[in-house]
Amino acid sequence: MQPTNVSSPDYFHKVVDCQWACPAHTPVPEYIRLIAAGRYSDAYLINWESNVFPGILGRTCDRPCEPACRRGRVEEANNASPEPVAICRLKRVAADLKDDIRDRLPKPARQKNGKRIACVGAGPASLTVARDLLPLGYHVVIYDGDARAGGMIRTQIPRFRLPESVIDEEVGYVLNLGAEFRAGTRVDSLKSLLAENYDAVFVGSGAPRGRDLDIPGRREAAANIHIGIDWLSSVSFGHIEKIGKRVIVLGGGNTAMDCCRSSRRLGGDDVKVIVRSGFDEMKASPWEKEDAQHEGIPIINFHVPKAFTHENGKLTGMTFEVVEAKYDANGKRSLVPSGQPDVHVECDDVLIAIGQENAFPWIERDIGLDFDKWGMPVVDKTTFQSTQAKVFFGGDAAFGPKNIIWAVAHGHDAAISIDKFCQAEDVAVRPPPMMNLLSQKMGIHEWSYDNAITADSRYKVPLKDVSIALKSIKVEVELGFDAKLGFKEAQRCLNCDVQTVFTAKQCIECDACVDICPMDCITFTEDGEEADVRKRLTAPALNLTQDLYISGGLKTGRIMAKDEDVCLHCGLCAERCPTGAWDMQKSFIEMTHAGCGKHKPLPLAAE
Amino acid sequence: MTYLAKPKLHHPKLPTNALGYTRRDYEGAISTLCAGCGHDSISAAIIQACFELDLPPHRIAKLSGIGCSSKTPTYFLGNSHGFNSVHGRMPSVLTGANLANRDLIYLGVSGDGDSASIGLGQFAHVMRRGVNMTYIVENNGVYGLTKGQFSATSDKGSKSKRGVVNADEAIDLAALAMQLGATYVARSFSGDKAQLVPLIKGALLHPGAALLDVISPCVAFNNHTGSTKSYDYVREHNEAVNYLDVITLHKEITTEYSPGELQEVRQHDGSILRLRKLHEGYDASDRIAAMNFLQESKAEGEIATGLLFVEEDPADLHAASNTVATPLNALETADLVPGAGALAKINAGLR
Repeated sequence: MQPTNVSSPDYFHKVVDCQWACPAHTPVPEYIRLIAAGRYSDAYLINWESNVFPGILGRTCDRPCEPACRRGRVEEANNASPEPVAICRLKRVAADLKDDIRDRLPKPARQKNGKRIACVGAGPASLTVARDLLPLGYHVVIYDGDARAGGMIRTQIPRFRLPESVIDEEVGYVLNLGAEFRAGTRVDSLKSLLAENYDAVFVGSGAPRGRDLDIPGRREAAANIHIGIDWLSSVSFGHIEKIGKRVIVLGGGNTAMDCCRSSRRLGGDDVKVIVRSGFDEMKASPWEKEDAQHEGIPIINFHVPKAFTHENGKLTGMTFEVVEAKYDANGKRSLVPSGQPDVHVECDDVLIAIGQENAFPWIERDIGLDFDKWGMPVVDKTTFQSTQAKVFFGGDAAFGPKNIIWAVAHGHDAAISIDKFCQAEDVAVRPPPMMNLLSQKMGIHEWSYDNAITADSRYKVPLKDVSIALKSIKVEVELGFDAKLGFKEAQRCLNCDVQTVFTAKQCIECDACVDICPMDCITFTEDGEEADVRKRLTAPALNLTQDLYISGGLKTGRIMAKDEDVCLHCGLCAERCPTGAWDMQKSFIEMTHAGCGKHKPLPLAAE
Repeated sequence: MTYLAKPKLHHPKLPTNALGYTRRDYEGAISTLCAGCGHDSISAAIIQACFELDLPPHRIAKLSGIGCSSKTPTYFLGNSHGFNSVHGRMPSVLTGANLANRDLIYLGVSGDGDSASIGLGQFAHVMRRGVNMTYIVENNGVYGLTKGQFSATSDKGSKSKRGVVNADEAIDLAALAMQLGATYVARSFSGDKAQLVPLIKGALLHPGAALLDVISPCVAFNNHTGSTKSYDYVREHNEAVNYLDVITLHKEITTEYSPGELQEVRQHDGSILRLRKLHEGYDASDRIAAMNFLQESKAEGEIATGLLFVEEDPADLHAASNTVATPLNALETADLVPGAGALAKINAGLR
């Protein structure tokens, strides 16, 4: 096999599963260690640098990092319920317990560079673009139809999950960098916006249209049928303060979960979620389903809506066809009638949360900006540039509905492109990430990180008592980890960024590392093809998504093969190595943001 | 050494044996030997062998003397019986234990100082008597605990770490054991588990005196140029005579060999020691030929490893002494106090 090239930034980045899975590549283990050390402000700033909204994301993120977390795989067959580290909620710990960090944030640029950028929509994508470009001297103008910035963060996420103060704080950090926010100014023509001679335009207008359900009775009973995201934003702005006692929420995504839980707080005693598909295939994150069920909301699956029933123009309920899942030879699922009689569910209100769509009625089709057959703009997946060179897209507006963290990642990439575009550089040439490897050895048995592995199971985030939580839409349900619980949960992190680095020419092949490794990761064996080598390791490496670390150059002509899959990063291989052939080195991977090399990274307190 | 206990977490796919134990269940406390010590690899090989043989840990007794090697029983088989005896006196303690309870599996662990210097007399007699045991010498050819003096197994002409040349002839414990009547004699290398693990398994199943001389480099004091017990030197001069496969009753035989390549030794319990010959014409059942071969290869500067000699039908101390088949702790009062009638009979026989 080819020896592993560990100097390529991607190799060790991939070992840090959480960071690799995070669209914004947040250095997760680094900030978790800082939390364990009580350095909350530093932990916050590491987050802020990569994902802009640590306090918001620490409560609402879709957490792509957690299914990827190595801890979950490691606990398999070792713990009754293997679970990843609570990465997302630890992020909140940093945000909750930090000091005032305002004087450590970048200041508005002293010198402007004369370039003017327009951002359409004041959601997470646009705010990220603004955050990245403002310190470089750009003049950024943000347009939004609402009076306050935040976009879907403010309008669609209910307050009991995300208090307004957190939004104000983190949106404020961006606006205070010198952005010009044109509140209540909806852009209704891209053509006229372009005519204002901006150097570039960023479209971060989201996916603002909720899908409707056109079945019998929809028009007749319209007064009590609401589109989920519109209803949520009306609730958010205080336009709606009540809902009927019996509520049906249609849909199985996170919006449906927000709708049903909001209903519970606005007078809905009997709230049901009814979905077409099976419970397991629902789009909502498992923890959001759990939270809804915890509040006494049943989730009824395999029910396809057939009609709204009404009397004298008033909604009385809905009928559903009961279906079951059938799989064909290719494993493709279809929902077929189960033969059971249709079900009628009585209700006072229905919330439709069956999906969101993009809508670009305000973009003229004759300005050189191409749309595909689905009505979506043609956008380059790397540069986020549209076919109109001056116009860039990001967030839900670019590739359809995703999550906040994706919007942030898009924003970073679009900002790089916009910066390059404005400086007349090639937007297709992307700056590589910075990777730094640093030995963590402090003494013979001492490392600068805590290498003891705790056996603790994942800690649950304490919740407000349901009876209190359901009384008001503004009471935050999750209390968050306190410092003590946060420390304990942080200790579950395996420090995957502290890498096992092997130097073949120092190795005397004494097998000490093979013998001590608790997870049987290391093997010295004859060279061969990867598929064959994977089978004859100390423990066969069957997880093909995880790399083998291969090193040649040993005296016996064998190779060292380390399966990265379930390595605990405990450093015992390095402690037992007599020659220092193994060393524990921290890989710090920093994604390059706009203006790489033009501004210094944020200073940490006491590094 | 390390200050950190080995994490209890194990590989999610770690196999279990017939008793439902994983290999990790056969481990002991974490080693406090120097990093890279060959002895730790031997501990790992013992763990692997006991796991593969499905041995119940509570039926094994580990005995040792004094020295780096004799510390190692703490680092494996944490749920077995153990006795850390006086320097060089492990063989007598083991013999006594074996006579008292013949049902346990005896594993003696010793080093070149413990066995070839202070305990050489004990070593000789335990072999002569044919005590049913596995006797492992973790042989690093140096006094590591006292910072690197030559031991009795250091080869003549080899150099100490400080550059002194050894003038004394080395004691070859494998040759000595063969001469003294051991019925299973093997030599191996801590850096070659593929060879070592089956040899330990064979020894544990062998119903007689089994000696394993395992060369185990001392990374701190005997792993330099000029040493004949360094990782590099042993790898360069290792001359394996055969490769052992231990086939227990319930394991299926799958590999096919052409005739003449194989030598099979059937044991009392039905297990088979299957030797794949690596050295043409080597016959592991011929004691005299084996002894000659050992001398010849030594003269050529090679280190002969593998199963050097095995007797198919060995006798042990219990057979020679015609002892009772029941362990002493299981004898009932009726067995031990046969009554006045029986005594009168014996007395009558002596008149």
